[in-house]
Amino acid sequence: MLEIIGKTNIDFMGKRHVAFGVSGLLVLLGLIALVQIGTGAANLGIDFAGGTAVQLKFENAIGIEQARQALSKHGLQDAELQEFTQDHKLLIRVKTEDTLEQKIAEKIVEVFQTEFSQNKFVIDSSTEIGPTIGQRLQQDALLAITISLIGIILYVATRFELRFGVAAAVATFHDVLAVLGIYFLLDKEITLLVVTALLTLAGYSLTDSVVVFDRIRENLRARRRETILNIINAGINQVLTRTLITTLTVVLVLVPLTIFGGEVLHDFSLALLLGVLIGTYSSVFVASPLLLIWPGGKGRLLSRGA
Amino acid sequence: MKKIRGRLFLVLFLSVVSFYLFLPSWPGLYDRIPESVRWLIPPRGVSLGLDLQGGIHLVLEVEEERAVEIAVDRAAKAMQDLLTDKEIPFDTVERDGSVQVRLELSKEGVVEESAELIRDEFPSYFQVSKEGRILVVELLDSEVDRIKNAAINQALETIRNRIDQFGVTEPLLQRQGRTELVIQLPGVKDPERAKSLIQDTALLEFKMLDEDNQPGLGLPVQVQRSEESSIQEKFAGRVPEGSEILFEPIPDSKGGPPVFSRPYLVRKGAVLTGDVLQDARVNYTEFSEVYVGVTFDSKGAKEFGRITSANVGKFMAIVLDGTVYSAPRINEPILGGRAQITGNFTTDEANDLAIVLRAGALPAPMKTIQDLTVGPSLGQDSIEKGLKTTLIAGLIVLIFMVIYYRMSGVIADMALALNLLCLLGALSGLNATLTLPGIAGIILTIGMGVDSNILIFERIREELRQGRPVRLAVDAGYDKAFLTIVDSHVTTLITGLALFLFGTGPIKGFAVTLCLGIGINLFTALIGTKVVFDLINRRKLERLSI
Repeated sequence: MLEIIGKTNIDFMGKRHVAFGVSGLLVLLGLIALVQIGTGAANLGIDFAGGTAVQLKFENAIGIEQARQALSKHGLQDAELQEFTQDHKLLIRVKTEDTLEQKIAEKIVEVFQTEFSQNKFVIDSSTEIGPTIGQRLQQDALLAITISLIGIILYVATRFELRFGVAAAVATFHDVLAVLGIYFLLDKEITLLVVTALLTLAGYSLTDSVVVFDRIRENLRARRRETILNIINAGINQVLTRTLITTLTVVLVLVPLTIFGGEVLHDFSLALLLGVLIGTYSSVFVASPLLLIWPGGKGRLLSRGA
Repeated sequence: MKKIRGRLFLVLFLSVVSFYLFLPSWPGLYDRIPESVRWLIPPRGVSLGLDLQGGIHLVLEVEEERAVEIAVDRAAKAMQDLLTDKEIPFDTVERDGSVQVRLELSKEGVVEESAELIRDEFPSYFQVSKEGRILVVELLDSEVDRIKNAAINQALETIRNRIDQFGVTEPLLQRQGRTELVIQLPGVKDPERAKSLIQDTALLEFKMLDEDNQPGLGLPVQVQRSEESSIQEKFAGRVPEGSEILFEPIPDSKGGPPVFSRPYLVRKGAVLTGDVLQDARVNYTEFSEVYVGVTFDSKGAKEFGRITSANVGKFMAIVLDGTVYSAPRINEPILGGRAQITGNFTTDEANDLAIVLRAGALPAPMKTIQDLTVGPSLGQDSIEKGLKTTLIAGLIVLIFMVIYYRMSGVIADMALALNLLCLLGALSGLNATLTLPGIAGIILTIGMGVDSNILIFERIREELRQGRPVRLAVDAGYDKAFLTIVDSHVTTLITGLALFLFGTGPIKGFAVTLCLGIGINLFTALIGTKVVFDLINRRKLERLSI
């Protein structure tokens, strides 16, 4: 039997205060990001904020500064530029508040045709989105997330107990907020694909929490005499191998995708990678300790004779 | 033992069904199947989303207010004709605001008579006011609603006709909300051409040149196209009432886009519009110049004959969406109900023009709400890179499982393969559209599949460590992991369902693969691998390779 770690007996619960500090910080960061998104100050992708994005693929390398100057010369100084040097690609983004009547995409293409007439290019993609669609998309996403959180809490509450459900939901929310916060800190663009990644990692995080909870529940039934703290610790230690190996396999997939997956997949995979690492951490250090904070009444799984 | 055979049969059956459903999604293999048996295979499989194969995603809004204005304009014109017919003298008949028509008659005495006439002939208009020589009528609210609805339906119908003739495989056209249309054209190579084909109003008008006033106006012979609007401004005060300046682009001698255009003074009222067209075809002159030949319906032919007879020797402009295509001289009455639109087209342009003329004009202009164009090259790049990396990453995981769990790892890998096959089969059977978020959903479910196996194997190992015999350890491992796996899958399924019900577009695609994948996962993890272990256990193993 090949084993990465043998039987462990680590006192995870003892470190919960440190963990709560770290998590508090991550959640705070995420909340700040959320507020920034709400007020429109965050780096929202044009699928949410509305605007125009054009990606051009040039024959020869193009300097980002020259491109910026050329665009400002034609009244597009607000354009954000991003360069993918290895294949001479340039992504130009312009966020607009009003409608699409101005046809900014065509204007951008024109600017490059006239200012860089020697350097031929093809249009990789061009996106124009009115602001109303972005708002509707945001509302839909929020509604879906709220409904699924309620659903999860209810299901876990019936299968376990209400506090397990709340703890799992809180841990999941924690993970999503943490990744959102980190993305905000890195000034990464929040696109629809990043939101998909957040949803995916919510799925992972949930699975992780439920697996740990399941073992804790099993122990709670089997060992009626031990303290809750010991039982939770034992549960986490028992599933630790599984937690680590699962995380390892996922990381094995995501690291190459993040590095070599190309520009479209990079932000997506990075969000997932961060999410899986944080999700593993949170199932141990957030979801489980939360069970301790909320002592149970008589006859419940978590209640012990004093 | 009989139970094993049943489950084994089920697993094999599902694999075969999945492979069968997946077949059309694998062109390399599908095309090699001989024609004679191909009817046995479903014709359609998974299609690639726009983010993967390139194409256009447009959301357009019908400007329904404009549709109403156009209808009121038309009614104003009809009222004018009616007054002329009945020989009632008037000064102006014009649309006022978006739903009212203001009739200014020449003398007070005919107001009552006109009001009665309009009440009889235009039942959808009611009288708002009657003061002095001025009569104001307004379109009924119910009629406004009807026109708006009809405009949306007609826009949908017209665009569908145009797309059908454009020849895109698997186009999508849907109404979204009340006034929005969603159009998806996957794999389109020339996005600009497709967009103009969809969005051009394609209002064809025949208008007479204002030859009485053009010479006195002093219009330049040709102008830069970019200066057209400044020319309009410059002459705005001097253009006579009832006429307007329109431009005809002059083809560039080097074949590029036109730089110059020729201004014309044209009478505003169209003598005939494109709604009397019966057909439009691309044709070539004897000098192999391409033109669009149009055929009028019987009413149009009669009308066109009458107009051309009355105007022999005069010039008539053929105007499409406000741009003059050509302004030929009427040499003789045209009675055959046919006309030619020349205008130095390329064959593609002529083709598109014929399509939009056949499909009819849009009832109102369309406003772009969302325009997402993905060049096929981006799709190609991201597919190849993403696919290659995913394959390599997947391979690493497979190898890892075998190194870590030995023989059992091989079983887990087989389960993963089965998982993927069933998922692709199901997606193919549903003719789903695969997008990047959809692939994210697949990655998530595959990850969960690996996790289920790890959970089970770790449980079996625990049991083995406690000294249980192999068969009991396997059974106990599965039993104990069972609830964990069900719970974790159902919670994720809840998320998936919420996303499916309330998510839009790409999020929905993610939700579909996620929900399908979870169901299949439960099957492969709890039944698929167990059957293999039970088969192995029939030989009463002393040691399990795990």
